Amino acid sequence: MLLIEDLKVEVGGKTILQHIDLEIHPGETHVLFGPNGSGKTSLLMTIMGYPQYRVVAGKISFKGQDITHMPIYERAKLGIGISYQRPPTIHGLKTRQMVSICARGEIDVVELARKVNFEDFLDRDLNAGFSGGEIKRSELLQLMAQNPDLMLFDEPESGVDIENLQVVGKTIALLLQKNSFPDQDKPKMQLKLERRKMGLIITHTGFILDYVAADKGQVLYDGMLSCLSNPREILNCIHENGYKECVRCIM
Amino acid sequence: MYNVDELKEKALKAKDKKASIGPDINLDEYDDAPVPHSYMAEEDLCTLPEEEQQRLIMAGLDVQEKERGGTFFQKDTSVIHCHSQQEGIEVLPIRKALEEHEWIKDYYWKLVAVDTDKYTAAAELGLHDGYVIRALPGSKSIYPVQACLYLDKEGLEQNVHNIIVAEEGAELHVITGCVTSAHIKKGIHVGVSEFFVKKNAKLSFTMIHNWAEEMAVRPRSVGMVEEGGLFLNNYICMKPVRSLQMYPTTYLEGKDAVARFYSIIVGSPGSEYDLGGRIYLRNPGNRAEIVTRTISNGGSIIARGHLVGEVPEIKAHLECRGLLLKGGTIHAIPELEGRSEGVEMSHEAAVGKIAQEEITYLMSRGLTEDEATSTIVRGFLSVDIPGLPPELKAEIDKAIEESDKDMM
Repeated sequence: MLLIEDLKVEVGGKTILQHIDLEIHPGETHVLFGPNGSGKTSLLMTIMGYPQYRVVAGKISFKGQDITHMPIYERAKLGIGISYQRPPTIHGLKTRQMVSICARGEIDVVELARKVNFEDFLDRDLNAGFSGGEIKRSELLQLMAQNPDLMLFDEPESGVDIENLQVVGKTIALLLQKNSFPDQDKPKMQLKLERRKMGLIITHTGFILDYVAADKGQVLYDGMLSCLSNPREILNCIHENGYKECVRCIM
Repeated sequence: MYNVDELKEKALKAKDKKASIGPDINLDEYDDAPVPHSYMAEEDLCTLPEEEQQRLIMAGLDVQEKERGGTFFQKDTSVIHCHSQQEGIEVLPIRKALEEHEWIKDYYWKLVAVDTDKYTAAAELGLHDGYVIRALPGSKSIYPVQACLYLDKEGLEQNVHNIIVAEEGAELHVITGCVTSAHIKKGIHVGVSEFFVKKNAKLSFTMIHNWAEEMAVRPRSVGMVEEGGLFLNNYICMKPVRSLQMYPTTYLEGKDAVARFYSIIVGSPGSEYDLGGRIYLRNPGNRAEIVTRTISNGGSIIARGHLVGEVPEIKAHLECRGLLLKGGTIHAIPELEGRSEGVEMSHEAAVGKIAQEEITYLMSRGLTEDEATSTIVRGFLSVDIPGLPPELKAEIDKAIEESDKDMM
């Protein structure tokens, strides 16, 4: 379980998140809505442990451990993984090597890449000249290799064309055990009972909801969370009233 | 024509001539008296002390001669082993070649001027030996020929002259290492190399240097490539050296000739490197590329590059990237010289540190900060070299892997 209690975060002395409470139970996927600059990515980075996001109050626990000040790589080892929106290019590091790093070496990289239709990219430098869709598929491939228990997705549908959107959406559903891999077709009920993976997805458009059945949705507005409810309902509300309606909830 | 007296005379005149760039070395501080070592048969090579074998391996010389097309091994001033394993590929000591073969005179001092500076002069006046590697017309080397110049005697001035010829339509791969034995501290290596890539021939020359902390190194090399020929010149130096200065030059003398220089340098504290590459594009369809990756851990590195486009329809690119990891300096000097309309020449140079963003990206996949840094550095140094046989690529990767242990 991921548990965030009354979290306050600063970057360069400026408060960017406050009074954040969030609880994600095993098997649950949450969706985070919010306008640009509301602090969604900052929340993901804070959970992942980026040092420039300084926790000044509150606490983050994962699997019963206080991880508030745990270094980033230890969180990764504990089972937190992230799919970035715009990851940096690393020249000379092949995508194949990165996938292998994520899996700590114990994996058939080609076989895994086939699942996201990404074999052709394995010998390219990581993220070098990748298109929007290619970046997302590479990020998902890395997550598949890492196989973390909590997955953070930063706008998985941004910059992705319609065709790739389906690949991205379906892959996320597989990662979060919302669907089973074709080779291990399981009854839905069994799938639900066995589901342990946790997800936190940032979305602007909500397109991802067409592929991933999210359990809960929340709106992050001006550094604060509000409106814990059914994600579809929130999306409809935002469509009709815009984010200004969320301000009323927070006040 | 080859004229011994004339060469000697010119060399004598240049005996005190300082090099145009790089710190001046006082050759009087070194001893160039011959050091005899007895010749070793193939099977004897394997009896070399384990420690010595390890140092040789790091410079690409495998005493087992696995996947090698031939071997040349010079210790101090004496050739201790030399043979070819492939038909059509000749490997012989240059002194022997000069005594026995008329044809060598068409190549000896034909590209490098003997009076370039005091180092070329020393290589003529006090020549110890060196190698001649020649691929006969149409022959293809399956495995690279390995050549090693080993320094074992403290304070030695080692003067060598090498000639590499890929005859018409031939394909030749050479891996050459310069190594010092573990105990040696001071010495100077003077090495003249002349490369001839004939019509439609292909030559890859990969040089790995493993020097000692007080070594001075002054290679002087010039190459020429005829029509349709390809010259790949790779240079790797990841060990400390007191002072190394070289500026290899290549002339593309026929149309569609191509030259590519790749250098990977890791500069240790107290080391001074002044390296460059110069390629003249003289015919339509010529292509040239100079790629340099430098890392400084406290050393001083000057990375030069000079491309000269003399005619239209040529294409040339220069890339120079430097990483400052633990102090030191990296001075990138890329030069493009277009002498005609219609040349296409470009360069990119960057000197800086590893982006924190890249480190945290890898850390979020479970690597510690040190592991992340070393992964990025390895990536930085791993340059894709088109046309390089996989065995040589593996040798380069191995050298990078080895230096990685020292660096981090």
